[in-house]
Amino acid sequence: MISLAQRAKRQYAEAVVRARPIIAQNLKRNWFEWLIESTIKLTGIFIILIVALIFLFLVREGLPTFLDIPLRELFGSRWYPIEGMFGLWPLIVGSLLVTAGSVIIAVPLGLTTAIYLGEIAPPWQREILKPLIEMLAGIPSIVLGFLGWIALAPLLQDLGAPTGLTALSGSIILAYMALPTIISISEDALYAVPKEYRDGALAMGATQWQTIRRVVMPAASSGLMMAVMLGIGRAIGETMAVMMVTGNAAYVPELGTDMLLQPVRTLTATVAAEMGEVAQGSLHYNVLFGIGIILFLITFSINSLAGRLVGQTSRRRRG
Amino acid sequence: MQFRKRSASGRRRRWLLLGGVIGILTLSLAACASDDSANDAPGTSRTIQNKGSDTLLNVALAWAEAYREVDPSVTIAVTGGGSGTGIAALINGTVDLANASREIKEDEIAAAEQNGVEPVETVVAIDALAVIVNPANPVDQLTIDQLADIFTGRITNWQDLGGNDAPIILVSRESNSGTHVYFLEEVVRKGDSDNTDIFAAKTLMMPSSVGITSEVGRNPNAIGYDGLGYVTEDEKIIAIARTAADPFVLPSVETSDDGSYPLARNLYTYTAGEPTGAIAEYLDWILGPEGQQIVADLGFVPISQE
Repeated sequence: MISLAQRAKRQYAEAVVRARPIIAQNLKRNWFEWLIESTIKLTGIFIILIVALIFLFLVREGLPTFLDIPLRELFGSRWYPIEGMFGLWPLIVGSLLVTAGSVIIAVPLGLTTAIYLGEIAPPWQREILKPLIEMLAGIPSIVLGFLGWIALAPLLQDLGAPTGLTALSGSIILAYMALPTIISISEDALYAVPKEYRDGALAMGATQWQTIRRVVMPAASSGLMMAVMLGIGRAIGETMAVMMVTGNAAYVPELGTDMLLQPVRTLTATVAAEMGEVAQGSLHYNVLFGIGIILFLITFSINSLAGRLVGQTSRRRRG
Repeated sequence: MQFRKRSASGRRRRWLLLGGVIGILTLSLAACASDDSANDAPGTSRTIQNKGSDTLLNVALAWAEAYREVDPSVTIAVTGGGSGTGIAALINGTVDLANASREIKEDEIAAAEQNGVEPVETVVAIDALAVIVNPANPVDQLTIDQLADIFTGRITNWQDLGGNDAPIILVSRESNSGTHVYFLEEVVRKGDSDNTDIFAAKTLMMPSSVGITSEVGRNPNAIGYDGLGYVTEDEKIIAIARTAADPFVLPSVETSDDGSYPLARNLYTYTAGEPTGAIAEYLDWILGPEGQQIVADLGFVPISQE
C-alpha cells in the first residue's frame, strides 16, 4: 500500500520529467505566454470597467429622481406616472413581499433536497436527480411565467382567492426559479465537508440525523448561507414571469394573513412595462432609472449581508 | 463527478456551436446591409416600417399581408408596443408609419417639431371599446357614471349594481396603452377635462389585450375593457348608457357608426410630413374598399366611404 502523499510525490516527479522538453519549447514561446497573460489581465480590467460604467450610467440617469421629487412624495403610496404620481412605496413593498414569500417556500425545500441528495440518497438516485435539477435551472423564466398564468393562477382562484394573480403566485413561480440555485450550491457546500467529520461523528455513536444536524450542516453553514442569498438575488431581479402572474396593481396590501393573496406590482415589472413608452429625458424616464438604483441598493445590501454572515461563521469555526 | 466530467466535454461542443451562431449572424448582417443599399436603387423593393398601437396590431398585420399581393415590391414590417411607443419611434425617425389608438399629445407634437418631424394624422378605422365581464355575472348593463364609480373604487361590490355579493376585480391595460388613456378620459373622468380622478390602486394592470380577456374569461368577479375586435365568446359585453335616462346600447358596427354607442373612438396612423410615394399609395389602399373590408372582417368599424 502506498500512502496518498507518496503517490502524489511520485506523480509530481513524473510530470516534471515529462514536462522538460515542453519547458524548453516554452522558453522559445515566451511571447505567447505573455500574450495570454495580458489578455486575461485585460479582460479582468474590462469587466471592472463595464461594472463601473453601468453604475455611472445608472446614477447619471436616475439621480434626478431623488433631487427633483420630494422624498415624501417619492415614498408616497400612489404610483400613476402618466399623472405625475411617482410613489415608489407600493412597488418596494410588492418586490419585498414577493421575494419574502419565495424565500419562505424555496429555502426549506431547497435545503432539504440538498441534504437528501448529498447525505442520504443512494448514488443511483443522485445520478438521476442531479441532472434533473440542472435541467430545472435551464427552463426559461418566461415558460414558468406561462405555467403560472395558465395553471397556477386559476388554481389559486379556485382555492378562494379573489383573483389568481397575486403575490403568492409570483412567490411560487420565483421559488421554482430559485430552487436549482439553492440546491446545487448547498449540495456543493455539503460535498466539501471532509468525510472524516462524518466518520468521526458516526464513530462517536451519533445517528445519521444527528451527524447531519450537528456536524455536517454547521461545517457547511457558510456555503448554505451563500446558497440562500444567491437564491434571494435570483428572485428579486426576476422580471417577466413575475409580471405575468402578480397582477401588477400598484397597491400596498393591508397587513394580515391574506397579505400574500393580494395583487402586487414589483419594481422590476414596472420598469419592464413602462420603459418602452417613456419619452427620453422626462421625469418618468429618470424615475425608472431611479428604480434601477433602488434595486441595485437592495441586491447590494443582500450581498454584503451575505458576505458578512459568511465571514462570521468561517471566523468562528477557525477560532 | 461523473456528471461534471460529461459537461466539461460538452463545453467544447458548445464553443463550436457559439462560433457557428456568431458566424451565421455576421453573414446575415452582411446580407441585410446589402439589402439596404439595394433599397436606394429605383424600381426595386421598398420596406415600410410600421409600429405602434396594440389595438391596431391585428388590423395592421392583415393589411400588410394583403398588400403584398397588391404591390409585391413593397414589404411592410409591422410591430406593436403601444401607441406611445409608435409615436416615440416616429419622432425619433425610426418608423414610416405610427399607429395610435389615441390622438397625438401636445408635448409629443412639440418633441417631434424639435426633431424636425411634422406628424400628419390619418383616421384609418373606428374602434368600439367594449366593457366586458364574465358570462357568469348577472349584471349586463351599466351607465358611464356607474363605470366611473367602479373603476375609481367608489363601488367595490357587485351587490351595489344588482349582482352577487362579491368583490369587484378591476382589470385594465398598462398606462402606456392608448386604450388606457382613452378609458381614463372618457369613462373614469366622464369626458370632463377638469376631473382628476384616476383608476383605483387595486386595478390589475395587464401588459396585453389577451391578458384582459383571459382574466375576465376565468374570473367571475372581474370587469375589464378591450377593443371590440379582441372580445371572444368567453366574455360578456356590457350594454352602456351615457346617463340613466338614455337607452343602453351594445357596441357594434352600426351603433358606433351612428354615434349611439358612447365608447367609439377613432384609430389613427401618423406619418412624418405629408405621405409620399409608396407610403401614400399604401395609405390610400388602406382607406379604400379593400383595406376597410379587412377592418370590418376583424371586428372593427370601417370608416364610411365618401
